[in-house]
Amino acid sequence: MDLETLLSYEWGIMAPEFIILGVATALTLMDLFMPKTQSRKILGWVGFAGILAALVSLLGLIGHGPESILLDTFRLDSFAKAFKLLLLIGSALVLLIAISYEPNEGLEEFRGEFFYLFLAALLGAMIMSSSGDLITLFVGLELLSISSYILAGMRKRNQLSNESAMKYVINGSIATAITLFGMSYVYGLTGTTNLKEMAGFLTSVYNEQHIYLLGLAFFMIVVGLSFKLAAAPFHMWAPDVYQGAPTPVTAFLSVVSKTAGFIIIIRILFSIFANAPSGDVQGLPMILALQDYIAFLAGATMIIGNVIALRQRNIKRLFAYSSIAQAGYLLVVIASMSLFMFDTLWFYLGAYLFMNLGAFAIIQHVTHKSGSEDISQFAGLYRRAPFLAIAMAVFLLSLAGIPGTAGFIGKLNIFMGALVPSEGHYVLVSIMIATTVISYFYYFGVMVQMFFRPAADTGKVKIPVALTAVIGISIAATILFGVAPNIAFDFLQGNFNQFTDFFQ
Amino acid sequence: MNLAYFLSILVFSPLLGILVLSFLPKTQESLIKTVGFLATIPALVLSLIAYFQYRAGASLDQLNEKVSWIQFGDSSQLGNLFSIDYELGLDGFSLIMIVLTAVLSTLAAIASIHIKKEWKGYFMLFLLLEVGMLGVFAAENLILFFIFFEITLIPTFFLIGKWGYFEKENAAYSFLIYNGLGSAVLLIVIMVLFARTGTANIDALMAAMNSDNPQLVAPISENMKMGLLIALLIAFGVKLPIFPLHSWMVRVHVQAPPSIVMLHAGVLLKIGAFGLIRFGMGIFPEQFQSLAVWLAVLGVVNLLYGAFLAFVQTDFKMVLAYSSISHMGIVLIGLGALNEAGIQGAIFQVVSHGLIAALLFFLVGVFYERVQTSNIQNLGGLAKGMPITAGFLLAGAMASLGLPGMSGFVSEFMAFLGLFKEMPILAAVGTIGIIMTAVYLLRAVLGITYGKAHRDFAGITDLKKFEYVPVLVLVGLIVLIGVYPSVLSEPLTSTLETIMLGIGG
Repeated sequence: MDLETLLSYEWGIMAPEFIILGVATALTLMDLFMPKTQSRKILGWVGFAGILAALVSLLGLIGHGPESILLDTFRLDSFAKAFKLLLLIGSALVLLIAISYEPNEGLEEFRGEFFYLFLAALLGAMIMSSSGDLITLFVGLELLSISSYILAGMRKRNQLSNESAMKYVINGSIATAITLFGMSYVYGLTGTTNLKEMAGFLTSVYNEQHIYLLGLAFFMIVVGLSFKLAAAPFHMWAPDVYQGAPTPVTAFLSVVSKTAGFIIIIRILFSIFANAPSGDVQGLPMILALQDYIAFLAGATMIIGNVIALRQRNIKRLFAYSSIAQAGYLLVVIASMSLFMFDTLWFYLGAYLFMNLGAFAIIQHVTHKSGSEDISQFAGLYRRAPFLAIAMAVFLLSLAGIPGTAGFIGKLNIFMGALVPSEGHYVLVSIMIATTVISYFYYFGVMVQMFFRPAADTGKVKIPVALTAVIGISIAATILFGVAPNIAFDFLQGNFNQFTDFFQ
Repeated sequence: MNLAYFLSILVFSPLLGILVLSFLPKTQESLIKTVGFLATIPALVLSLIAYFQYRAGASLDQLNEKVSWIQFGDSSQLGNLFSIDYELGLDGFSLIMIVLTAVLSTLAAIASIHIKKEWKGYFMLFLLLEVGMLGVFAAENLILFFIFFEITLIPTFFLIGKWGYFEKENAAYSFLIYNGLGSAVLLIVIMVLFARTGTANIDALMAAMNSDNPQLVAPISENMKMGLLIALLIAFGVKLPIFPLHSWMVRVHVQAPPSIVMLHAGVLLKIGAFGLIRFGMGIFPEQFQSLAVWLAVLGVVNLLYGAFLAFVQTDFKMVLAYSSISHMGIVLIGLGALNEAGIQGAIFQVVSHGLIAALLFFLVGVFYERVQTSNIQNLGGLAKGMPITAGFLLAGAMASLGLPGMSGFVSEFMAFLGLFKEMPILAAVGTIGIIMTAVYLLRAVLGITYGKAHRDFAGITDLKKFEYVPVLVLVGLIVLIGVYPSVLSEPLTSTLETIMLGIGG
């Protein structure tokens, strides 16, 4: 590749990534030259401003047609734009939570790293959403993962934080290895790492034997990637990691990292396997034949997440299982493969982003003072801080899928998608609805603490500005998208044109 | 009646009260109670206006509202499919239910004077509950119906769990889980219908499901229709409640504060009957006919089971709870008969029992407030201390056991008339229940009011002025329906005609 071709690329479409990269680099330098005693909070605000700038540049790109540069490794299609939007909003809110994070011990020395590692992880996730090539996908995945491993262990003097990082690294590496092994099969078959060329090869060259190899690759990739989603069979890490990691990191893992997981799984499954023939008479694509396996994972994830959550007393572990369950609901979307798939996934991830981050902001605030994370810390919150309690109630209701909140519309969307195909996924829908009812137990358990139990500590609660902003934005969005979801749907229809350019 | 947004204003008017309440200081007890009470008035006035206008011959169609709300997928390709409108409307039946809801809400707000703590939170939830209940009856599409249906769930959970009696949290949880499961099943039915037909509008669904050549997105087989109807029966059966699904309701009746039980027994349970009639009969008429026998059997089982268990209870609230189960059996009997008399009887029973249950629970609240017990064995001789309360209690019991001249008689008579026409043997078995009703109610009421007093009732005051209002209004309505049933039957005529047309009767 000579300089001329390099310059001829339309680098503008990578502007959001460049901004994040630039800000992250600038922050490392600032951290280096700042005096040791000075508070590093300012770095957080700079990082936040950087994410906002990237968000603005992304919004500027929304009208841009599909485009790919660097030999098809980086593509800007509707899918990339829509999901990057979620990643950026999610990270901006996480950073606000992180700025207000003041643990009793363990973070003083590494405050600076804390902020720019979030940006590095975000960059990885963004690269993934724009990838047209297995190599860049994998690099993005690793950038996200490695940054997250460090973030989980950020509180070096804290035992739980260390345990969390250790478990995360070991489990994560195994999962990544499995994914990579799966990818190697596809590469071996097609002789290319480019998703588009792979698709072309698989459509044109048909061989009985390919089916089995592709099947093997599918299983390995899905199993490996279920780690990022915190879905069965790779969900075991989530409770320990969520519990031990600093709360902003937990929030990041449960929202941004999970969104990234869905991005990569969609990219790979629907680029490669949607184009491979399944070998049956009707010439259906292979992905339809594999539907049932994804459905099985979705069902298992929903059941495991919701049932085990019932027994949790630690609020972060509770939310870990809750987030496993939510991953299960999202897998239902992929398993049903209806014409609404991208819309539904995007809307639910967006709703989940706000309700979960809002909840984590409150969790961080409620638990940080006492240091205990038992759900009894929420006792009497309504007396101490009525607005905090009502906000938490809204987030919990939304997570439980009660009407009036964005979570309900998201679930409605999922049900519809699962029932529209003429072979409706009745079992999957029944499992989803039944486990949703089970989830009432633990979500309402927190509400019982907040509203029915007397407060142990009667002191007034003062909320930092940044957290107030997160809670305010989240509650506004949760209710707005619950009452007037058409704002989001119109935006989707108006700007992303049904995501048709995903397959081009 | 040419007001735009008339129904929306009616349904959401209690929100105004919530808004005002949120600015009031927590400690202003009497102010909060006044605002809470006043906030129920607009809905009452508007619903009465609608009722009298309708009686005067105005058409209810002009009240319909429709605003497009959610569009799933790409509207340029899908057209009207998979769009959900915000649409409200009324027919005779739902109009009556709205009036019932508005009346009982106002009266329950008066009964809420007995609430002892955290009035602000209580009234905010109370008013939210009212919005949900009004909305359920005004909703013109299934998804909107479901949303309002769920909106009733959350405030009720908190109202029971925070302001109830000793085992309030258990009662709240069992309410939540049973009803959560019920609405989960309901949601499956709604979503299957929506996904298969592309519409959630009730009239459009009725048309689509009953036409010979329906325009569907995906096919619905006859077996699936049957399955959907049975699911619907389970969903509303939890709410009504139908025999094996009733245990939560007994707990709620005993543990919840009386003002909430008034609404719960008076309106919330009736949503089950409303749903069965409107959706079960309306959308699946053919399947409903083949299930009618089973409904009648379930009705008789409910009637007898409730009556026998009510007979052995020692707590008056338990007697009333089982009596509610028993009386809901009569609704099922009427529906199972599937002729005009039967269905009319069922609807009458819905309204009549709503009023009677509200009256009895209000009176329970009144004397519980004064003597701190509702156990029949610890009471007795209440007529000495509170003669007027005791008198009304007896009146309520008489209405409940179906004394001619009161509303209970009309509904029971019609429901059984319907069933005797279709299944005389079953009906004959069912009449045992009516006798049982008289036995257990008289035993309980006489045990409380007459006999030897277990304690000294000196110093206990009888009904206070404000307590007369709900009692007199309810007794008045009960007698009015009893002696002049056309206050109900006339608005119902067109609804009944539509139903009978659907089931081909």
